[in-house]
Amino acid sequence: MQEHFDHLRALSDQVSGFIYPNEVELHWGLLVVLYPYITGLVAGAFILASLEKVFRVKQVEPTYRLALLTALAFLLAAPLPLLAHLGHPERSFAIFLTPQFKSAMAMFGFVYAWYLMVVLLLEIWFEYRADLVRWSRDGKGVMKWIHWLLTLGSRDLSETAVAFDRKAVYAITLVGIPSAFLLHGYVGFIFGSVKANPWWSSVLMPIVFLFSAMVSGIALVLILYYLATMIRGETPNMPCLDKLSEFLLYALIIDLSLETLDFIHRLYESEESIDILSELILSKLFLSLTIVQILIGTIGPMILLAGARFSNLAPELKRVSYFIAALLVQVGIFSTRWNVVLGGQLFSKSLRGLTVYKLELGGVEGVLTALGLLILPFLILLVLVKILPPWEEARGATGG
Amino acid sequence: MEQDYDRREILMKLVELPCSAVLLAVCGPLEALAADGEYDAREHYYGMGIQVDKCIGCGRCVAACKAENDVPPEPFYFRTWVERYVIDSDGEVKVDSPEGGINGFPAGEEDEDTLRAFFIPKLCNHCDNPPCVQVCPVGATFMTEDGVTLVDADYCIGCRYCIQACPYGARYLDPRTKTADKCTFCYHRITRGLLPACVEVCPTGARVFGELHSLASPLRRLMRMSQLQVLKPFLNTEPKVYYANLDGEVR
Repeated sequence: MQEHFDHLRALSDQVSGFIYPNEVELHWGLLVVLYPYITGLVAGAFILASLEKVFRVKQVEPTYRLALLTALAFLLAAPLPLLAHLGHPERSFAIFLTPQFKSAMAMFGFVYAWYLMVVLLLEIWFEYRADLVRWSRDGKGVMKWIHWLLTLGSRDLSETAVAFDRKAVYAITLVGIPSAFLLHGYVGFIFGSVKANPWWSSVLMPIVFLFSAMVSGIALVLILYYLATMIRGETPNMPCLDKLSEFLLYALIIDLSLETLDFIHRLYESEESIDILSELILSKLFLSLTIVQILIGTIGPMILLAGARFSNLAPELKRVSYFIAALLVQVGIFSTRWNVVLGGQLFSKSLRGLTVYKLELGGVEGVLTALGLLILPFLILLVLVKILPPWEEARGATGG
Repeated sequence: MEQDYDRREILMKLVELPCSAVLLAVCGPLEALAADGEYDAREHYYGMGIQVDKCIGCGRCVAACKAENDVPPEPFYFRTWVERYVIDSDGEVKVDSPEGGINGFPAGEEDEDTLRAFFIPKLCNHCDNPPCVQVCPVGATFMTEDGVTLVDADYCIGCRYCIQACPYGARYLDPRTKTADKCTFCYHRITRGLLPACVEVCPTGARVFGELHSLASPLRRLMRMSQLQVLKPFLNTEPKVYYANLDGEVR
């Protein structure tokens, strides 16, 4: 505890202006930055997957199953940063058992359970059911038994059954799109509805969160697809990559427009908080907002994507440009989350001073924990891909 | 001396006496039993008035609060604190609250430029429309029937959403229990008919605690006699801490 007090004392020495005495401690740190970042990837990856099913965008089909598994892997990891950040993680079940219905946060359990159980698991099961039956019949070793278990006793490979699978997937995706919107829109609402905080309080927040989710999700699937084909020694499907990068570009344009609208709106309304928020943007957030989020994470990738997509570059160069753009987008969206979550706590609610956040390396809220929690979904994805290979040639063939 | 009682009356008294004794014997303990449950929250509705002109910034309220409520002594945790405002003639506003004002304030330089200066005691506003209660995912923060916002430390999960939602910076996370904590109006005292510790020790009577709905309470008297203002009224939190002669610069 003494260490904690020393940390706070060091922070209070760096405070500028006046802050309320209880504001020296910054309450939502790196782990809470991770949470919207990860759920955004889930929602974005799912919405991308839905494009193929509902809007029949055939070009992105090679990424459909990969996108679903990505969404699942990240959804499984999504609650962990929150749980680790709680003062009493052992009491977290109270959110499910005795939720306080007026609280936006209490809805977490329901939104999460709905999305995991009703949408993702169900859609993945119906999508893979026929393959699982075939793999459990023709496969061998441990995998055969895992697949057999996952069929849940289903054996029917008849035309009617497969047709039903297709219909079920379509129906679930129809429900899934608004659910994905709900999942991430809700995360935006958690911040956007805090009227005490002028940096967060905005009706645009859920919508900005949604579009930034699509941006990050599409970029992540693009990265994973590109890497997977490279590792598997294949050439990536160019029309697919072209389409992905197009969608990424469009989502980026909408995202940037919304954020610019929010910015101009604030500046024009020029409310009481405008002075301290301007000071915040020009000092504490200058690097992470102006340089990383806007220049490196948004405008840079937009130029790269537009340039590569609508020019006659060699396919190899095009692919690399897309890949680099997608990587930059990840950096940009991570700093978006950083700027929202931490930015909202770097000024005093007295609007008279700026507080301080210091990254720690170790500890529950430290960089190492955060890195671990970021790597975890990729490990989960690796396992999922082994069990449920999303590649075209695995369909109907022996899996594993 | 003339006899006051006739025989009939004396006989009646003889019957009444043991009956009363028996009744007392039975009712006495019952009354004692009832004494524990005597406090009826529905009969009370609390608030606090702060007479800004009377606060001298001595910080005794802050010290008393910390001692009474076992608030961590480090200067990052306060259920109540005092701020000093110094406003220059050019409009510049200087605010400070060294260690929450617990040791008083170092004398400021006497300055001709100073337009006005004053102290502002702060605490949880026990809002009638409390954002902290609204956001608590498990209902660990709640409002009592007598109008006090409390935290159930045995139920709080430590998510800190309430701390984010409070516009007044009135909450902190107790580093020992890892749960949210804040001013309770000294609930353990007021339900026994005592005053909150900060009110009790204030040497100038700057803090006036009492019933909002009872016409005879000192708080009601203050409310009749003063121009009152609450903090951040535009947020519609409906605070029940009322400031008399509050300066517009105070946030």
